[in-house]
Amino acid sequence: MSEAQDYRYIGQRTIRPDGYDKVTGRANYGADLTLPGMIWGKILRSPYAHANIRSIDSSRAEAHPDVLAVVTHQDFPDGGSRGSNQSMNVLADKKVLYHGHAVAAVAAHTEAAAEAALELIDIDYEPLTPVMDLKTAMAQNAPLLHDTMFTSGLAQDPTTPSNIASRMELKKGDIEKGFSEADVIIERNFQTPTVHQGYIEPHATTVRYDEDGQSMIWCSTQGHFDVRGSTASLLNIEHSNLKVVASEIGGGFGGKTTIYLEPVALMLSKKTGRPVKMVMNREEVFKASGPASASRSKIRIGATKDGTITAMEAHLAYEAGAFAGSPIGPGCMTVFTPYDVENQYVEGFDVVVNKPKVAAYRAPGAPQSEFACEMVINELADELGIDPIELRLKNAAREGTQTMYGPKLKAVGLVECLEAARNSAQYKEALAENQGRGIAAGFWFNIGGVSSVSINMNPDGTGTIVEGSPDIGGSRASMQMMAAEGVGLPIESFKPLVADTENAAHSDTTGGSRTTFATGMAVVEAAQDVVRQMKERAAAVWNVTPDQVDWKDGVAINTVGEDKLTAAQISAQAGRTGGMITGRGNISARGAGPSFAVHMADVEVDRETGKVDVIRYTAIQDAGKAIHPGYVEGQYQGGAAQGIGWALNEEYIYNEDGLLENPGFLDYRVPLASDLPMIDTVIVEVPNSFHPFGVRGVGETGIVPPLAAVGTAVSNAIDIRMTELPLSPPRVLKAIRDA
Amino acid sequence: MVSVVYEAPESIQDAVKLLADSRIKANVLAGGTDLIIQMQGQNEKRLVVDVKKIPSMMDAIMTDEGLILGPSISCAEFTAREDIKAVYPGLVESAYLIGSTQVQGRCSIGGNLCNSSPAADTIPPLIVNRAQCVIAGPNGERTVATEDFVTGVGQNCMEKDELLASIRIPAPAANTSDAYLRFIPRSEMDIAVVGAAVSVTLDDSGICTTARVSIGAVAVTALLVGEAANALVGTQLDDSALQAAADAASAAARPITDRRGTVEYRKQVVGVLVKRAAKIAAERAGG
Amino acid sequence: MAKTHVTTTVNGDAMEFLCEPGDTLLQALRNELGLTGTKEGCGSGDCGACSVTVNGRLVCSCLVLGVEAEGAEIGTVEGIGDSDKLHVIQEKFLEHAALQCGICTPGLIVSAKALLEENPDPTEEEARYYLAGNLCRCTGYDKILRAVMDAAETMRGDV
Repeated sequence: MSEAQDYRYIGQRTIRPDGYDKVTGRANYGADLTLPGMIWGKILRSPYAHANIRSIDSSRAEAHPDVLAVVTHQDFPDGGSRGSNQSMNVLADKKVLYHGHAVAAVAAHTEAAAEAALELIDIDYEPLTPVMDLKTAMAQNAPLLHDTMFTSGLAQDPTTPSNIASRMELKKGDIEKGFSEADVIIERNFQTPTVHQGYIEPHATTVRYDEDGQSMIWCSTQGHFDVRGSTASLLNIEHSNLKVVASEIGGGFGGKTTIYLEPVALMLSKKTGRPVKMVMNREEVFKASGPASASRSKIRIGATKDGTITAMEAHLAYEAGAFAGSPIGPGCMTVFTPYDVENQYVEGFDVVVNKPKVAAYRAPGAPQSEFACEMVINELADELGIDPIELRLKNAAREGTQTMYGPKLKAVGLVECLEAARNSAQYKEALAENQGRGIAAGFWFNIGGVSSVSINMNPDGTGTIVEGSPDIGGSRASMQMMAAEGVGLPIESFKPLVADTENAAHSDTTGGSRTTFATGMAVVEAAQDVVRQMKERAAAVWNVTPDQVDWKDGVAINTVGEDKLTAAQISAQAGRTGGMITGRGNISARGAGPSFAVHMADVEVDRETGKVDVIRYTAIQDAGKAIHPGYVEGQYQGGAAQGIGWALNEEYIYNEDGLLENPGFLDYRVPLASDLPMIDTVIVEVPNSFHPFGVRGVGETGIVPPLAAVGTAVSNAIDIRMTELPLSPPRVLKAIRDA
Repeated sequence: MVSVVYEAPESIQDAVKLLADSRIKANVLAGGTDLIIQMQGQNEKRLVVDVKKIPSMMDAIMTDEGLILGPSISCAEFTAREDIKAVYPGLVESAYLIGSTQVQGRCSIGGNLCNSSPAADTIPPLIVNRAQCVIAGPNGERTVATEDFVTGVGQNCMEKDELLASIRIPAPAANTSDAYLRFIPRSEMDIAVVGAAVSVTLDDSGICTTARVSIGAVAVTALLVGEAANALVGTQLDDSALQAAADAASAAARPITDRRGTVEYRKQVVGVLVKRAAKIAAERAGG
Repeated sequence: MAKTHVTTTVNGDAMEFLCEPGDTLLQALRNELGLTGTKEGCGSGDCGACSVTVNGRLVCSCLVLGVEAEGAEIGTVEGIGDSDKLHVIQEKFLEHAALQCGICTPGLIVSAKALLEENPDPTEEEARYYLAGNLCRCTGYDKILRAVMDAAETMRGDV
């Protein structure tokens, strides 16, 4: 582990630069912008899970004095992407494919008037049989969502359409040989429900279409450049004519990486010539934004008596929602990565059902498959009489492990995490009656990608860090610290700014745990560029060559003389030495180091009601290098809490007609302050050699282990193998009574 | 919410007159924690009569005869009343369980009654405490026992020109106490999946002489379960008596399966809660 | 329909606004008074992002009508702390990294202040239950509880 004293600024628990605005209510989020002359838009949504749209008649609405405009799918421009999956998700074309699917939108002077006018749009639906689960969807002769969709990835091209969008397969070694070597084989089936990211801020946007064709979108998003790209392509606008401003974002967790309202609002603005604001209510968020896939899986693992795992096999099916594109790929790729096992096989299916199209949710695809694998690993440990940490240590992925999906792992911290778990305070706590403990590992790749940063040095020697990565959880603080470290100036010298699409070059979406890693690398590169220029300017003043200038703690030192110039002094005379200093870091980052985690949950079960209380919890994860340990811990704790919710109470509940019965925080039950204990954390630091400070992304892995940690803890507490989430009280009580 | 007429009368009579004279749909607004949600997305024009400016609606007076409860007093204010808690601990607990701290700041026992949800937390303890609902109308007042107040899901015995003006709860007999328990999946914020209130009176030897058991969220209205009470009377509330009461409650329950629980689950857990609540009530009555 | 004129006090300042009688206090604060520090997360009293005080009592402003503000004293996040100095609770939230996205933060700060005014020395469990109506999806609540307990200690003068 690298030592904190190696760095002057990195590793401190600084006050985040955007913090004051956020604790005083000044920070502006998606719904907080009002423009002069602004009107409101609302969306009419499908009351059916599956229906043909025979006709849409908006004449009554258009004739109403309150109504300024109505738009439908037919308003997408020719030459745009009318008929594409994204446009059909934003506004349905000939079919509605889920309860709450957007069908039309109305603009009016007030939000209430717009909402009231929705009932003036007459839609003639032909209801169809809803397809609400994987089994039904994959069955022969299932009702079809898309009669032109054929399964890809089969050995032979199919001749009949199917709800199965694609099949994939990964393998290494010889799976049959592996099982033939095993003394013990465990095989189990698992199910996980549809869950939602549950960000507290609903989707919101305010847009303005101007007469000269210039457009502006203000919205809450993880990636405003992607909003620009997607919206521009749907509406056939050039990027240079569309400015997207990322507001502060009230949570996303992957759910704000796509567009819903933005193109609709822009079409309403174009029709009316007025700025338009659209804000989803909570019910719309649950019904019609992108939740995470429900899954079914079958896992089979074999091992010898000494705990050597010889074979691992998985069959996975993920719900994509209404349109193809579940995270079955990462589900397959991650499922067995924590294990250095020669023989592995996984098969996966991407399946459409009449639910909203899924979106990313923190380590998309990994929690579902790794839950199933980790449950079986824990059962295997029991069966073999080996401690679950020891079993994992014996088989743990490490540097050089060949992954099923391609590369060999570089240095990773799984072994260190497992050792930290074994040494944790919680592991030494004794369990009482009706209590159980569960341990699980988790893996997520993390990504790099394109980040663009410039550091504009001001005449007083302070600097503005201009980045294009929306700050979803405190990343501005990390950028500030990395710039300070790179330039050698105090943290307060740098102000990070998340600039709009016109004021920063393209940066990929804040997702894949990439921002502190990739945008951080761009910041470091920009900081180095600032230092290089500072040295050049000082050299020019001193009439020496730049390599004769040293740079230490923000001061240029003439190595052939006695002279020193501070960054402030150099900046003050920059106008006379060649113009202002701007450091650039425009990169495409590679080498995002994967982050492994190990979580431990202790639960207590009320055997008479089936209620589960999490009484102790420890989250351990490899950060490579924690830039701001407070926000790193926060990511671990937040991931753990979301995973606990997924394990215990969160689920979409549909009735037999495919209508969502719990589209609100009352009955979609996310964990409350009173539901959770303190969540202990251990930051393991195995540096990622690709990052100048050793950073690995930390945002996502933390949601992977809790499902199996809690699932195993409950199973152990009641001595029954639980296989279906959530472990809600009725399910747990039924298991106890049926046993 | 486009067309609301808001009135805030200062007397029961004025409130009743507003309700009686209204030619549009009229709602009484107390804390609004149900009404304001129900009004969302409704285009129908309506009259909202805010009764919180009426002093008697906002009072809670303890006398030797019992509690005269203004129906609209906020649960936060109600549950802070130590004098009431000392006499009706179960009722106060039930009021404390509704919603969050924020919801407590607005919601009221009268509102809980008039919303008439099968899962209302305060109704079973009101029933076991023999609370009487005083209903004011154009022709004066009438009184209805709480167990007869709610008539269906979201329905009650009041006419559109009537107002729940007061809730009267008699002083309990000596060595009597109550308890209320509910089951929810989380630790807070949920609607009761099952609720159970028990009131018991013990004699000097610890034998239960009177009992009332009421269960919630297991039928269209809260149920007063005589069989469960009978199972307790004459016993020392030993395990077998508690189990008999639990079984009687489970047998009396007629729940549905919905997003909050199944028939099977509710029938099982209602018995568990009756057993547990009876134990707590007995400890309180004996102490 | 005619709007209703409401005279009220917000964070100690006399204010007036016009609103539809069916509008909520949350809508009035945000749309009529421009006080957007109070956030809407659900509109049904289930998330606490819109927490304010009305006559000193903590409520969800989405479950109060704007017209009910007539003659009342409203407290919002904008009234907490001074322009040159944050309130101790705000300072502790920053110190403990008790916010990530920050959307729940205004509501939590209003609620935490109400908690510590009612109960200056809460146990962790009391604080957790008092704040159960304020959802936070980012933090797992750990750092929020640490910030609130630390603020309580500082406000009591124990340190």
